[in-house]
Amino acid sequence: MNATPLTQGGNAYNFGFLDEYAKKEVRRAVLKAIAIPGYQVPYASREMPMGRGFGTGGLQLTLALIGPDEVMKVIDQGSDDSVNAVNLRRFIEMTCPGVSTTTKTAECTLIQSRHRIPELPLTSTQIIVLQVPYPDPLVVVEPSEDKRKTMHGEADYSRLLVKLYEDIVKFDEITISHRYPTRINGHYVIDPSPIPRWDVPKLDDSAALILFGAGREKKIYAVPPHTRAEPLAFSDVPFRVEDFRDGAGQRRACARCGSVDSFLDEFVSDSGGKTYQCSDSDWCDGVEASA
Amino acid sequence: MSYVAIKGGGRAIAAAAAVTEYLRTEEGLVGTAAEPLEINAILHQLRHLVDRVVSEGGVYHPQFAALAIKQSMGDTLEAAFALRAWRSTRPRLAATPPLDTSKMRLIRRISSAFKEIPGGQMLGPTPDYALRLLRLELMDESPEAFRAIAREWLKTCPEPQLPDSFPKVLDALRAEGLLPPVSATRLQEAFDITREPLVFPVPRSAALATMARAETGSLLAIAYSNMRGYGDVHPTVAELRVGYLPVLLPHPVTGELTEAGEVLMTECEVVAMYEADKANDSGGKPMFTVGYGACFGHNEVKAISMAILDRALQKGMRDGAANPSEDPEFVLLHVDGVDSMGFASHYKMPHYVTFQSDLDRLRTTQNKNREIA
Repeated sequence: MNATPLTQGGNAYNFGFLDEYAKKEVRRAVLKAIAIPGYQVPYASREMPMGRGFGTGGLQLTLALIGPDEVMKVIDQGSDDSVNAVNLRRFIEMTCPGVSTTTKTAECTLIQSRHRIPELPLTSTQIIVLQVPYPDPLVVVEPSEDKRKTMHGEADYSRLLVKLYEDIVKFDEITISHRYPTRINGHYVIDPSPIPRWDVPKLDDSAALILFGAGREKKIYAVPPHTRAEPLAFSDVPFRVEDFRDGAGQRRACARCGSVDSFLDEFVSDSGGKTYQCSDSDWCDGVEASA
Repeated sequence: MSYVAIKGGGRAIAAAAAVTEYLRTEEGLVGTAAEPLEINAILHQLRHLVDRVVSEGGVYHPQFAALAIKQSMGDTLEAAFALRAWRSTRPRLAATPPLDTSKMRLIRRISSAFKEIPGGQMLGPTPDYALRLLRLELMDESPEAFRAIAREWLKTCPEPQLPDSFPKVLDALRAEGLLPPVSATRLQEAFDITREPLVFPVPRSAALATMARAETGSLLAIAYSNMRGYGDVHPTVAELRVGYLPVLLPHPVTGELTEAGEVLMTECEVVAMYEADKANDSGGKPMFTVGYGACFGHNEVKAISMAILDRALQKGMRDGAANPSEDPEFVLLHVDGVDSMGFASHYKMPHYVTFQSDLDRLRTTQNKNREIA
C-alpha cells in the first residue's frame, strides 16, 4: 500500500484528480480485463465531477493510466471540438499538469473517445479508451445482471442470436445499428460501446489496446491487442457496416475533403438538401491537407 | 457549408457558465441591499436542504454541503453530486466499528407501536402536526424579530433532564420473543459500496449502504409502491429517532476507540409480520421481522422508506421478488441520484453518430419493405 499522492503545493488536487488508491484499483481491474478478453470486470467506480453518462468510466481509466509525459487526444462523435470532448480535455489538462493534448490521431499515446474509433489505424504504442453507457450486450434480452453473469460464463448467447434471427424474420435485416454485439477471442460477447457498425471491424486484430469503461454501471473490459473480434452474424446473413451509397449506387464522398472511405455525418442544409462530411475531424483535416 | 456541427465547443461552455453565474448574482442588479447567501444562513435556515445533501452526497460535511447548495442554486441533485465528486478525491483512511445508536444524543424519538415507551416519546422538531398554512408574516421578517425568537425560546425552555442513552424499543420486543434473535451476519464486516461494486447477490449491508445515500424521492417512490399494494410490508414504526451519534475511531497510536466527533442522523426501525409457515430462524414460529433505515441528517421520510425497502428486499432475497420493490437489482441499481440524474442528463449530449447509424437501419428496412410490397 505505498501509493504516494502526487499532490504538489499542499492543498491542490492530486495529479489525475483521483487519490492513488483509486487509481491502483482501476489499474488492477484493467489488468484483469486484459487477462480475460471481453470479460466485464466489476470495480467500485468513483464519482467524477461530471455527469454519469458523460464519460466518467472512460475518464477514470484515462486518469488511472495517464502519466505526466502523456500525449492525450479526446474525441466525441469523432470530433475533438464537440462540447463534451472539450469539457473532458479541459478537466484532464486542469488535473494532470504537464500532460500535452493533441487533436492528431498519429501523435497521441492515449485516446479517450465517445462513439467513435478513429479512421487512422491505431498502433501498438497507443491505447484507446471508449466510454460505455451499457456494458452488457445481453441486457436487451435479460434485465437481471445476476442471470446475465451465468449466461456469459456459459457463453450462452442463444437468446441474443434469436433476437437477431427475429429481426431478419420481421424486417429482413438485422436492425441493431450501433453497439453491435461482438464476440471476443471466441468466448465473451461484448457491447463495444455505441460505436457505429463502421467501427466494429477495427476491434479485430487491433494493434492498439482497446479499453472500455462504464462508470455508472461500474465495469471495465478490454479487447487486448491482436485479439479476435467477430460481430455476431449468420453464415448466410453477413455483418454489414453502414451503407453510404447514394441512390445510384455511388459511394458518397465527404463534401470537405473528398474521402470515400470514412464514416460520414449527414447534414441537412437550410435549403433542405443533404450533404455529407467526415465524422472523424482529424481524418478529414489530414486528407484535406494532403490533397 | 451551412451547418457545422458543434464548433467552438470551448467558447460555448464558458459562455454557458458565465450566464449561469449571472443568474446566481442577478439580484445585485435590482437592489443595493442584495447580499450573497452566507454559508451559515444555508446551514441554519435551509437545514433540511443541507440534511438532504449530506445524506445523498454520502459525506458528512455540512459546510461543503451548504457550499454545494449555494453554487448549484438549490438544486439538490447537483449539490449532492458536487459533494460526491469531492469525496472521490479523499482516500479512505480508517473505518469505524459498528456504532451503537442507543448512545445517540436525541432531539426526537417516537414509536407508533406503543402509547408509551421506556424512556418516553419525544416529539422534538417536526412539522408532522403543524398546519401547512403559509405564514405570510415571514414574507417580510425583520432581522430584529428573527434574532429575538431563538433567545426567547431558550429563556422559557426548562433545564434538560435527558439521560445519556435511551433503550431501543426493539430490544423490548426481542426480549419478549416477538422478534428473531440478532442474526450472526450483523457481526460481519460491513460492505463498503465506495470501494467495491455491487455484484449480485449482495449482502444486506451493501443494500443498506446503497439506500443510505440514495436519492430521497427515488427511495420514497419505490417504497410507496410497496405500501400501496405492489408489496406486502404493512409496517409499524417501532422507533424513529433523530439525533447526534458519537463517531468512534481507533486512536492512531493506541488503537483505543476514541470519540472523533458526532453526526446528525435519522434512524428508523419498522416491524412487519411474516406469514407463519415462511418464518425462519425461529423454528416455524410466527414472528415480527425488522426493516432498518438510517441516514445522515434529519431525513425522516427517507429513513422510513429505507426501512420498508430493507424489509421488502429481505423477503425478495429469500423468496424471490414478487414485486419491483422486492427485487434487489431493481431497487439498488435505480435509487442513486448521481447515477440516475447523470444518465438522464447525458441524453442532451450530441448523439449524431449513433443516430446516423439508426437512420441507416431504418432507411434500409424501409427500402426492403418497399421492394417486398
